[in-house]
Amino acid sequence: MADLQLSGVSKSYGTRKVLDGLDLTIKSGECFTLLGPSGCGKTVILRLIAGFETPDDGVVSIGGKVIADAKHSLPPEDRHIGVVFQDYAVWPHKTVHENIAYPLEIAKMPAEKISKDVRKAIEQVGLKGLANRYPYQLSGGQQQRVALARALVTTPTVMLLDEPLTNLDANLREEMRFEIKELQRKTGTTIFYVTHDQEVALAISDHMAIMDEEGRIRQIGTPDQVYEQPNSEFVHQFLGIPNYIPFAVRDGVAYIAYGAEAGIAPIRIPEVPPAGFHDKAGKAACRPMDIFIEKTTEARDALPAKVLRLSLLGPIIDYLIEVGGIQLRAQMQTEEAVARDMIIEEGRPCGARFTNLKWFGVNGEAVR
Amino acid sequence: MNGGKKFNTANLVLVFSILVLVVVVAVPVILIFITAFFENGKFNLAGVMKILSDPDTYQALLNSVIIASGVTLVSTVIGTFFAWLIARTDLPFKKVMKALFLVPFMLPSFIGALAWKVLLSSRAGYINKLLMAVFGFQKAPIDIMSLGGIIAIESMYLFPFVFLQVAGALERMDPTLEESARISGAGLGTITRKITLPLVMPSILSGALLVALYSLSHFGVPSILGTEKGIYNIPTKIYERIYASGGSFGAIRVGTILSMILVIAAALILKLQDVLLKKGQYQIIAGKSMRPVVLKLRGLKIPLLIVSIVYIAITVVLPTVTIFMVGGLKTYGLPFALTNMTWDNYLKIFQWRMTKDAIWNSLYLSLGAAFVTMLAGTMISYVIVKMKVKGKFLLQFLGVLPFSLPGTVIALGVILTWSGRFGINLYNTPWIIFVAYIARYMAFSIKSNSASLSQVSDSLEEASRACGATHWQSLKNIVLPLIKPGMISAFFLIFLPALRELTTSVLLYGPTTRTIGVAIYALNEDGETVRAAALASVALLIIFMGEAIIRKFLAQLDKPRAKVEE
Repeated sequence: MADLQLSGVSKSYGTRKVLDGLDLTIKSGECFTLLGPSGCGKTVILRLIAGFETPDDGVVSIGGKVIADAKHSLPPEDRHIGVVFQDYAVWPHKTVHENIAYPLEIAKMPAEKISKDVRKAIEQVGLKGLANRYPYQLSGGQQQRVALARALVTTPTVMLLDEPLTNLDANLREEMRFEIKELQRKTGTTIFYVTHDQEVALAISDHMAIMDEEGRIRQIGTPDQVYEQPNSEFVHQFLGIPNYIPFAVRDGVAYIAYGAEAGIAPIRIPEVPPAGFHDKAGKAACRPMDIFIEKTTEARDALPAKVLRLSLLGPIIDYLIEVGGIQLRAQMQTEEAVARDMIIEEGRPCGARFTNLKWFGVNGEAVR
Repeated sequence: MNGGKKFNTANLVLVFSILVLVVVVAVPVILIFITAFFENGKFNLAGVMKILSDPDTYQALLNSVIIASGVTLVSTVIGTFFAWLIARTDLPFKKVMKALFLVPFMLPSFIGALAWKVLLSSRAGYINKLLMAVFGFQKAPIDIMSLGGIIAIESMYLFPFVFLQVAGALERMDPTLEESARISGAGLGTITRKITLPLVMPSILSGALLVALYSLSHFGVPSILGTEKGIYNIPTKIYERIYASGGSFGAIRVGTILSMILVIAAALILKLQDVLLKKGQYQIIAGKSMRPVVLKLRGLKIPLLIVSIVYIAITVVLPTVTIFMVGGLKTYGLPFALTNMTWDNYLKIFQWRMTKDAIWNSLYLSLGAAFVTMLAGTMISYVIVKMKVKGKFLLQFLGVLPFSLPGTVIALGVILTWSGRFGINLYNTPWIIFVAYIARYMAFSIKSNSASLSQVSDSLEEASRACGATHWQSLKNIVLPLIKPGMISAFFLIFLPALRELTTSVLLYGPTTRTIGVAIYALNEDGETVRAAALASVALLIIFMGEAIIRKFLAQLDKPRAKVEE
């Protein structure tokens, strides 16, 4: 097993501490995504694994073999790790073929093997027929495929990808993320993927970690787990459009706008906070898809609401509604809305029903 | 950048880079300071003041200031005017004209001065003689060998500094700034006065300061036009003192004190320029070139074109032709008639020992210095741009220092360092000129190489490391091929000026180590004007050929690397 492990890793630049005692384990053969806002130090972790940076403290190991600690650091060329950079880093003075052949040439492979392996890698990433082109003759997506093939061609046990899709347009990004996943399945390589794009992370990961601005890991789990059971407000708001309903608890029942400005009567939230909820107040959270709009407020468990804005986003309809003085986003399938005659004009009252509420205490931690 | 903390190669390169700069740049400069301010191991400011107040040196200081002020003023006016003409009017043939205005850069100014001496000296100037014959003057109407003459000729060759800066600023200036003033109802005069001029003022001033910097320490023109009449500026005075005393230490000491004035003035000028350029970066530099408002010259179009062409004809064509013609005269002073012309002088250039040696010396010294300086500059730039090491600020400082050191000062520093004080005596050997060239042109190399290195993204090198290549292999396979154009242009940026160098070589040459510049200068001093002109013609031919080759070469490098092969 070639698990990739970081334990107690710290790194500072001058007086700025970027990582402080970080622990992370990536299992052999999985696709692990590190998701975090820009500037949180996630690229630093990748560079520590690749060997472009050295840890001030702690240990980085692959399959139990230490590759870097505070005193020694294996140079990048001896780590046998594939790296794909955000800016592709395809060498402009080499053709596609020369770029991909380079790691094999450095390893002094025989010529027939080089041409065979390069041909295979070119096919794998779908660049057949472009072998003799120079990078400036390729599109961004094609250049990124060259970078992928170059990292893949030596069949490394670990591949590091640093925001490889950020510079691509939306369609290509979607296409490429499936291709990366597919390639990983075929080759069985361990992938460590760094990104700030939650969609990519959710789509391709076996496991993912969410990092905050201070360089701390806030939650690790499968995409399902972190999406459905976020352990904090931070994780919740990072993984999609968040809705927050501040509430106050009285006699075990949660009220919206309880004690808010005069003129707004407290509204009872039909769902009861979980038994573990001991705070006097908190936030209930849900996604836009978890709010169901009803035509009338009379519907069961529906709260009185008002439509502030209605926008058609193609396959879905996006409502901005107001409940008890709080603005919330609600979404439904356009098809379904049309079928149920649910296009409600702006300014009209409606009912809002909530499902799948998540409860966060005053400190932002989830309570279940 | 580098993998481990104990990356020894990195430290080795750093140490070596610092060593090169310390030996070649820092030690000479420090020695000049010490020699200037210390006498017998004691700080001696009174001695410094005594030398500065000596009427002889004082006059040289004064002349330097007068010449520099005059040249700066004239160059700024001419440069700004032509820059505006090229950038902001509908003058015909703009592209060609712009290239032509930069030709004076290629012409060595002392060769230009030589030509003007032939044309306008009060004794035997051809134009003077012509004017006297036509208008019946008793005396020569123009004496080019005067302060005014020096100012005029220097300006001819230094004005492109202002021209380039101002034309660049005018071309890059955001046209919306002017358009919005126009929409607000301002006339063209008001716009020029209130918007355009204030916006390009930093560029005008910075170009002017550059001219002042060069003029203050300029040797070539004053040495050809002034020395004979007893007009000295600081560099020619230093040369005169050292030459007259046969290189005595007393004379060198006077030289170092005068040099200090040049160094301090240069430092102040560069500092001022830095401040101005920073201040000038409002929104005027818009990166991409845009289409600026162009003034229609209407009736003035043709007259102004003629003015420009005449200006170029007078400053470039006339002196060049003169040099070639004089080089072909049987004896200096004969009228230019076919019967008086001969090819003999040109052939002799390659037969005389002195001129043959000079051409050979210049060629191998400039080629060698360009090669070494290019390589050392690449290494130093790599440390400055790419490596995370402590102490590289020292490299940066030492690397750009020679940029502010006039050639005369570098020559003095080199004499002080390499005349046996540290056990190595290079005096009277070509090597002393060689190290001086390296010191003088290191800043060019570092500038050019740093620029191309900073365009090579770090990830390109890291990708190579991740592919299993060592640091050295990554340098060889990835970085070097990518910065090759920058290295080549650094090579030529050094080779061409070194080929025609005069200011530094003239203080360092020995009996067998004259360079082309020194040989022309010496022949002129000895009254061998025809031979001087013939050698100058050969030099011009080599320079023009060199420029042509580079242009072609650099244009080729800019072309895409390969055609689509499918």
